[in-house]
Amino acid sequence: MIQFINTILIGFTSGAIYALMAMAIVLVWRSTRVINFAQAGLALASAYIGYQVVQSISNYWVALIIAMFAGAALSALIEIAFMRLLLKHTSSGPIASVAPIIATLGLLGIIKAGIAMIWGGQYVVVKPPLSNTGFSIGTHTLVFSPMKLAIVISVASLVLVFSLIFQKTNIGLALRASAFAPEIARLAGVKVDLVRTLGWALSGAAGAVAGLLLTSNGNGSFSPESMEFSLLLISGFIAAVIGGLESLVGAVIGGLVLGLVTSFVLMYISGSLFFIAPFVVLLIVLFIRPQGIIGVKVGRRA
Amino acid sequence: MSLIVHGLTVDHGAIRAINDVSFTVDKGKLAAVIGANGAGKSTLLRALSGLNSTTAGTAEWRNHNLLHGKPEAHVRKGVSHVSEGKSVVAELTVEENLDLGALWRRNKREATESKSQAIELFPRLGERLLQRADTLSGGERQMLAIGRALMSKPELLLLDEPSLGLAPLVIEQIFQTIRGIVDSMGLTVVLVEQNAMGALKIADTAVVLNLGRVAATGSAADLIADPAVRAAYLGY
Repeated sequence: MIQFINTILIGFTSGAIYALMAMAIVLVWRSTRVINFAQAGLALASAYIGYQVVQSISNYWVALIIAMFAGAALSALIEIAFMRLLLKHTSSGPIASVAPIIATLGLLGIIKAGIAMIWGGQYVVVKPPLSNTGFSIGTHTLVFSPMKLAIVISVASLVLVFSLIFQKTNIGLALRASAFAPEIARLAGVKVDLVRTLGWALSGAAGAVAGLLLTSNGNGSFSPESMEFSLLLISGFIAAVIGGLESLVGAVIGGLVLGLVTSFVLMYISGSLFFIAPFVVLLIVLFIRPQGIIGVKVGRRA
Repeated sequence: MSLIVHGLTVDHGAIRAINDVSFTVDKGKLAAVIGANGAGKSTLLRALSGLNSTTAGTAEWRNHNLLHGKPEAHVRKGVSHVSEGKSVVAELTVEENLDLGALWRRNKREATESKSQAIELFPRLGERLLQRADTLSGGERQMLAIGRALMSKPELLLLDEPSLGLAPLVIEQIFQTIRGIVDSMGLTVVLVEQNAMGALKIADTAVVLNLGRVAATGSAADLIADPAVRAAYLGY
């Protein structure tokens, strides 16, 4: 019984982090129709910025917020200085569908190299601000720790803020309209280019928080070549696809489903399946519901 | 002020879609642009609203040349375009679609007034404010598209085939509403239509396009009476 509860709580925590990464991928996809593989690099760069802030002011939570804004700024900068030009020059022909993806992979390499130049290639440590020793229930000790609880609360707050922005504000309305029907949005007077940059900025913010929380879910150490960040990218991407790629709600559900399934596979089947489990989940969803859990089949389109 | 289009030419790659088109629409008048499929009607409107880039010509409106600048800038100068195929955002609610048209407006009280006006004009939209736009019927979607355009407080309204895919009774209703908008709000309207007879009946003036060139122009009544126009575009 205790193992079952532990499995759920671990899965829920890592699922929450995947959900943030999935949101980051969905936000970029919705604003520019690009799958941004450089997202892993942005998350890593944001984690390093968080590290730098913790070094100088030793407050993890302030660092998390600064890293979030830095991630947003970096992401917006990439959209303005790089993607906008690229998409303009590769807007038609067979290259149109491939060029942006290859370009984001290239960017990933550039960002990692830049990080290695600034901070060096060795591991750095951001000490998790809360204990990673599990809560106790009677004589049992859970795996769920104060740090994991803080991670879940942070993710939940960010998701709440994002959904308020999207559903209740004028900016959210502009973001949604530009995502679903850019031409109609322009005809209605929405400055779609600006809204796209904003979409990338929100994505960068979500990715940054995912990056720093990811390190704190472990022992807090990371390097430019950390496997965890590649896994975060893959898990986030798979979660986004499971969720239908268009929907933020879908991204959150996709992330949680993926986190829970992987956790159960690890605990009850075999730890060696850790790298395979996400892909199996992806394949199963694609075979049964290719449009994703939330996605609707594209029927009539305005 | 009127809309004065002069020497408008648009190329789609190697194909000349619009060739040296000139016409004038007086303020508060409804001009129909009719012609067969591929005559360049939609391209003409898309050029006027800034969606398509043009090769040559001018389109003078309130001391601006509409052939320069982006659609989002045109909207702020009082030009609203309802693009072909019921231009609503399917994933948004009816109310959100309406609000979308007024997002750029600074005066929110006026925007709210525009919304009441749009709902008064199309009461069916008022009953369905919280429904998603893709649950509406074809006619209701067209009403919503026009309502959204009106939310931007336009003085020049560009309508692309509002009758497309609608039942005859609904078409009649939409056309009457368009005429009503011109008469009551004093808007200048350019109405592109495949349904030539329906459009000519409500229009003040008309431009007949053939393969990207102006084939005939004049008052709508004269064109209806013109045997050549009747034979080529009205089918009798």
